[in-house]
Amino acid sequence: MELARNIPLFLILLSLFSGVLCMVLGRRASKIYTVILELFALALSAILLAYCLRTGTSFTFVLGEFPAPWGNELRAGSLEALLAFAFLLVEACAVCAGGKFLNVDVDESKIHLYFSVVHLLRAALLALVFTNDLFTGYVFLEILTLTSCGILIIREIGRTTLAAVRYMVLNLLGSGLFLLGVVLFYAITGHLLMVPMHEVIAELAANPSEMVSLTLAAGILTIGLGIKCGLFPFHFWMPDTYGWATPTSASLLAGLVSKGYLFLLIKIYLRVIGTDVLRQMHLGRILFVLGICGMVFGSVSAIRQNNINRMVAFSSAAQIGYIFMGIGIGGIAGYTAAVFHILTHAVTKALLFLTTPYLAEVSGGSLLFRNLQGSAHRARVAGVFFLVGSFSMVGIPVFAGFSSKLLFALAAVSAESLPKIFLTMLALALSSLLNALYFLRTMIRIYSRGKGGSEISAARQYEEARGLRAPVAASADSPAGAASDAPARALPWQGRREALAYVLPALVLTAANVALGLFSGPIVELIENGLRMFS
Amino acid sequence: MEILLNNYEEAVAIVLFGIGLTMLLFHRNLIKKLIGMNIMDTGVFLFLASMGYIRGRAAPIVTNGVTDPEAYINPVPAGLVLTGIVVSVSVTAVMLALTVRLYRRYHTLDLDKIYLLSRHETEDR
Repeated sequence: MELARNIPLFLILLSLFSGVLCMVLGRRASKIYTVILELFALALSAILLAYCLRTGTSFTFVLGEFPAPWGNELRAGSLEALLAFAFLLVEACAVCAGGKFLNVDVDESKIHLYFSVVHLLRAALLALVFTNDLFTGYVFLEILTLTSCGILIIREIGRTTLAAVRYMVLNLLGSGLFLLGVVLFYAITGHLLMVPMHEVIAELAANPSEMVSLTLAAGILTIGLGIKCGLFPFHFWMPDTYGWATPTSASLLAGLVSKGYLFLLIKIYLRVIGTDVLRQMHLGRILFVLGICGMVFGSVSAIRQNNINRMVAFSSAAQIGYIFMGIGIGGIAGYTAAVFHILTHAVTKALLFLTTPYLAEVSGGSLLFRNLQGSAHRARVAGVFFLVGSFSMVGIPVFAGFSSKLLFALAAVSAESLPKIFLTMLALALSSLLNALYFLRTMIRIYSRGKGGSEISAARQYEEARGLRAPVAASADSPAGAASDAPARALPWQGRREALAYVLPALVLTAANVALGLFSGPIVELIENGLRMFS
Repeated sequence: MEILLNNYEEAVAIVLFGIGLTMLLFHRNLIKKLIGMNIMDTGVFLFLASMGYIRGRAAPIVTNGVTDPEAYINPVPAGLVLTGIVVSVSVTAVMLALTVRLYRRYHTLDLDKIYLLSRHETEDR
């Protein structure tokens, strides 16, 4: 079982190697290889999780020959293993379920490159989860940025390219600030590994003048990561980025990439700075307020959208706000709620972004609400999965979103500061109301039949308009016309294999969602134990 | 003022970082944004490099049998700078490729103009 200790490094190296391998593989071979590798990586991370749960401790993996204060280390405990498992699960589902649209959105000669970038993205994500060294964190953070840009621009239309430029400009700003923060921490402490750094910081914190520079470094680092995650005033890149990417990319970007940055931030807060010093810095209050602003403004912007993907993307901005609110509440309970919501949001958003294109496909390829009228009747399976995702986001019991909201409320109560309790409750209530407003509106829209087949004519009109205007017909060979002629079919499948490729991953994501909702107890306990092992 | 003069490398580094940040955020021209990004990174690298050097000390290679750590500088910041430069180069390459693609499509480098042009495109899936 000691072999399991090699899994974190092995997973990262395997992903890096696969990234190179897929560049030389053919179109079909790279696809099959990627699916097999996703499942293999998932199995390995499950073994790692089982190992960590059995031993009940965390372990560090020393890279190279130099021990603790100098070398480079990976660290894995039950929390890291759980996150790696969840991330790999979501990724496997996204790659399988979005495959159909990859064939449409991605140039045929470049599809193996897409898989290659996905492998590299996984390597970076896992490295961020497992790393115990701040500078390694920086390097893989940049790799994650570059690869996420890659999976965005692989769909070659003007909007994704423009979205990628805006995304990259903000991300590079974030990376630059993060690097400056890391360098400042290194200048103050003289270490890059998290544990020795924490020891020095705990010593220095008694000195008020050192406290100023520590707060400055932590603040710069937080702003950097906040920009990259899409914390409130910096959330405006989300709709373009998530809304126009190919479905697999959208679910990876919304579900996983921002979560990698968030987990790194939580790790730095708990493992490097430590809760006691962090409390003196008062960063939590700022994050708390910005998080609440994000929750409210993200939802308000979501209501104003006329495009389903942009709405779901703005809802992501609100969910990132929830997570920052959890970090802002502080304490083990606050961080537990934040990490739990990372899991909730990853499984739910991935499901939503994988489902909306199927609804669009039976509506003439349009994501606009007015064309989506009654689409859930034309694609019944996709409609049901959209319901699942929406219920979870709104916070209906049984689904994961409910447990998340409950945890945030409980964390606020345990924080024992009256304004915090009041503000959290108010924000939760307001945000749930707004969530319900726009998700229910969408549900009603996709389930209402309209008057005498008007939706079909809307879809036809759209088709005609697109034939005249669209420079790039994204789904030119999609059976949109046929689907509107035969509205009774459950999903516009070409074959059973294609149906299975969507339904199976969507079912897995739904099961994960329900598992998080119904059996939140043991998972919360696991997260709590993992977070306690951090400090 | 004296603190600034004594630590002029760090002061210059922060000024460079500020210039780069402003350019990256507020310039409309994509190429100038990229130049700003590179200036910003250079600021950080200068900061790191100046931190790692102590006047009068030697490179950390033992040649004359002196093993006293006081005689040598810390080699880690130089390694970090090198890593950072590699990262910065690859990011610049990707951004330039993106710029080329945008220019081929919209025939301008002005982000505001590109944004206006893209709004007129159809909203297909």
